[in-house]
Amino acid sequence: MSDFFSMGGYALFLWPAYAVTLLAIVVNVYTARRDLQSARMEARRRLSAGSPGDPGRGQS
Amino acid sequence: MDWTWFHKFGSPPHVYRLAGVLTPWFAWPAALLILGALYGGLVLAPPDYQQGDGFRIIYVHAPSAWLAVMIYAVMATAAGVGLIWRMKVAHAVAASCAGVGAWFTVVSLLTGMLWGKPMWGTYWVWDPRLTAQLILLFLYLGFMGLRASIDDLSRADRASAVLALVGVVNLPIIRYSVEWWNSIHQAPSVMKMDRPSMPFDMLAPLLAMLLGFTLYFGAVLLIRLRAEILRRERNASWIREELT
Repeated sequence: MSDFFSMGGYALFLWPAYAVTLLAIVVNVYTARRDLQSARMEARRRLSAGSPGDPGRGQS
Repeated sequence: MDWTWFHKFGSPPHVYRLAGVLTPWFAWPAALLILGALYGGLVLAPPDYQQGDGFRIIYVHAPSAWLAVMIYAVMATAAGVGLIWRMKVAHAVAASCAGVGAWFTVVSLLTGMLWGKPMWGTYWVWDPRLTAQLILLFLYLGFMGLRASIDDLSRADRASAVLALVGVVNLPIIRYSVEWWNSIHQAPSVMKMDRPSMPFDMLAPLLAMLLGFTLYFGAVLLIRLRAEILRRERNASWIREELT
C-alpha cells in the first residue's frame, strides 16, 4: 500500500497533479450547478413578483 | 434538405429542455469512465520503462490538454455559428464554454509542469508547445474579459465571437508545435497515423480518460447552457411554463 502512495519516488509530483485535476472537475460541476440554481431562483422571483422585469439584455 | 432540426437548435426553450434531458446521459458515463480509468491508470498499467511511475501523470495531463483545445474548438465554432446565423443560443454555448476551457488549460499547464520537473529537470521552458498553451489560456481570459466589459449582450456576443475566431489560429500551432519545431515536449503517442506507441494496458486507461473527460465537459456545458439561457430569456413566456 505504501508502495502505491510513494509511486516509485514520483509521489511529490504525481499526487499534486491528480489533486489539481480533481479540484477542477469538482469545482466546475459545483459552479455550474450553483449557477443554474441561482438562475432558476432569479427567474422564479421575477415570475412571482408578477412584473415583466426590466427589458434589455438578450431581448434584441 | 429539411432544416427544421437546425431551427429547433435556435429555439431557447427547446434547447433548454433538451439540455436537461441529456445531462445525465453525459454525466454518468463520464463518472464511470473516469473512475475506471483512474484504477486502470494508477493500478493496472505497468510502469514506463524510462519514466517509471511518473508517466502516470499522463492520465490527467493529456485529457486536460485535450479538453483545453477541444473546448476552444467548440467555443469558436459556436461563436462562428452565432455570428453568421445570428443565433442567440449559439452565443450562449460559446459563453458557457469559456470558463471550463480556462480551468482545464490551467490544469494542463500545472500537470505539465509537475511532469516536466522530474523528467526534464525544470517546471517551465519557453518551448513552442508550452508557450502556445499559455497563449490559449490568455485567449480564454481575453474572451471572458471582453464579454464582461461590454454591457450590451448582443454586442458582447459579437465582439467576443470575433476574438474567439481569431484565436483559432493558435489551435494548429498547439497541435503541430512538437513537429514544426524542436520541442522539448514529447511527440504524440496516441493520435498518430500509424499505431499508437503504447501497450494496451497503458493505452486503454488513457483512451477511457479522454472519452470520460469529453463526456464530463458535455455534462458541464449542458448545465451551464441552461443557466445561460434562463438569464438571457428572462422575459420570455416559456420560462413561466417551465418553472411552474
